[in-house]
Amino acid sequence: MIGTAATILRKDLRIELRTKESVPAMTLFTITVYVLFHFGLDRDSLDGALAAGVLWVTLLLASVIGVSRLYASEREQGGVDALLLAPVDRTALFLAKAGALLLFLVAVELVAVPAFAILLLGPGLGGALPELLAILVLGNVGVAAVGALVGALAAETHARELITPLLLLPLLVPLLISCAQATEPLMRQDQGPEDLGRWLGLLTLYDVVFVLLSVAVFDYLLED
Amino acid sequence: MYSKGFKPLAAASAVTLSASLILVFFYAPLDADQGFVQKIFYVHVPMAIVALCGFVAGGVMAIRHLRSGDPSWDLRSYVAIHMSIILGLGVLVTGSIWARASWGHWWVWDEPVLVSFLVVFLLYCVYYPLRFSIEDPERQARYSSVFAITAGAFVPLNFVAVRLAEAYTHPRVLSQTGGSLPGEMRLTFLVSLAAMALLFVTLWKLELTAKHAAMELKRLRRRLADRQPAAVA
Repeated sequence: MIGTAATILRKDLRIELRTKESVPAMTLFTITVYVLFHFGLDRDSLDGALAAGVLWVTLLLASVIGVSRLYASEREQGGVDALLLAPVDRTALFLAKAGALLLFLVAVELVAVPAFAILLLGPGLGGALPELLAILVLGNVGVAAVGALVGALAAETHARELITPLLLLPLLVPLLISCAQATEPLMRQDQGPEDLGRWLGLLTLYDVVFVLLSVAVFDYLLED
Repeated sequence: MYSKGFKPLAAASAVTLSASLILVFFYAPLDADQGFVQKIFYVHVPMAIVALCGFVAGGVMAIRHLRSGDPSWDLRSYVAIHMSIILGLGVLVTGSIWARASWGHWWVWDEPVLVSFLVVFLLYCVYYPLRFSIEDPERQARYSSVFAITAGAFVPLNFVAVRLAEAYTHPRVLSQTGGSLPGEMRLTFLVSLAAMALLFVTLWKLELTAKHAAMELKRLRRRLADRQPAAVA
């Protein structure tokens, strides 16, 4: 199963490297949203809760783009049928898609987080980098699990560009709460982790629940 | 098929519903703090509890559907979620009225239960566009079930997250909901809760029967339409 998943993942990454569809679009989108927030809030620099909220809302909105494109190649070129014909575990597709989304998010954040620090963040990020990395990693895992499931749910509907954000964003509310609350003290002037354990714990719980749940129900989306 | 035991059930819910109304207006004491407005509590809280249980029950029925492949469980799950969404709208409206009366604002963000309920409600509203944008009936049932299970698991998780987020700034006592109610109020509350639960099950059965009859009718019409040209020829 891991081997199959790795093969599909390699295929997705190769498609992304050749077409450059998702990651550049998501990155561009985050920068655009920063500009929107700059004018919408009329602030040159943010800190504390406002900064954490803007960063996480932007990242989650960008993930919507990634999720809505995630199954494009399967849908348009009949990849699912080929997978169903092959004698492999269907969970492999889920693992590959979640892995691809995870790598896309990491690639986006490599640009989007430093850009946020330069464009909008008041206090520097230097002192709190390890904590922020931990939050980002756990957050990405959650978004990847939920995104791979929602993408598959929406892929077969007629209104997928409507369904994807409507379904994804409410499901991500607990993740947004924990990520934003955990990030908030790191972005204050007198920065330092605060209550980090509780939020990372909740985030881990969220990740575990949605990874297990997605693996359990994903097979039913592919039965044809 | 779905209408078995409907009449006694409907009678029982009518009786408990009127009993709960009588208790609410003539038996339960006025709240010392909030006065008459507090009586909306006997509608609002049972409605919220029943709606949440309905959402989770929809998820459990969806599991049964995926396990057995029996489309009638998908119909049950769909109608349970449908009814819970209607109750959910009632919860948000009565909650908003209560908030206005006791805190002076139509919406308060630091009431974790109300906020979690809004998030859950928004998520379940997507059930309709998802369900009705899939044409193939078998796939429609499967996808709706996957949604119902995911959302059903999401409900408790969301409540934990929102409560934690609020407890951070507003520590609050957990014993507010029912545990510390005085005797008369508790009895009224329990009767109201039973009435709301019975009403939910009655409406659920009614809607199931109606949906099932409509589907049967459609099927028979189609068969009739198939047969007619042959009869003319």
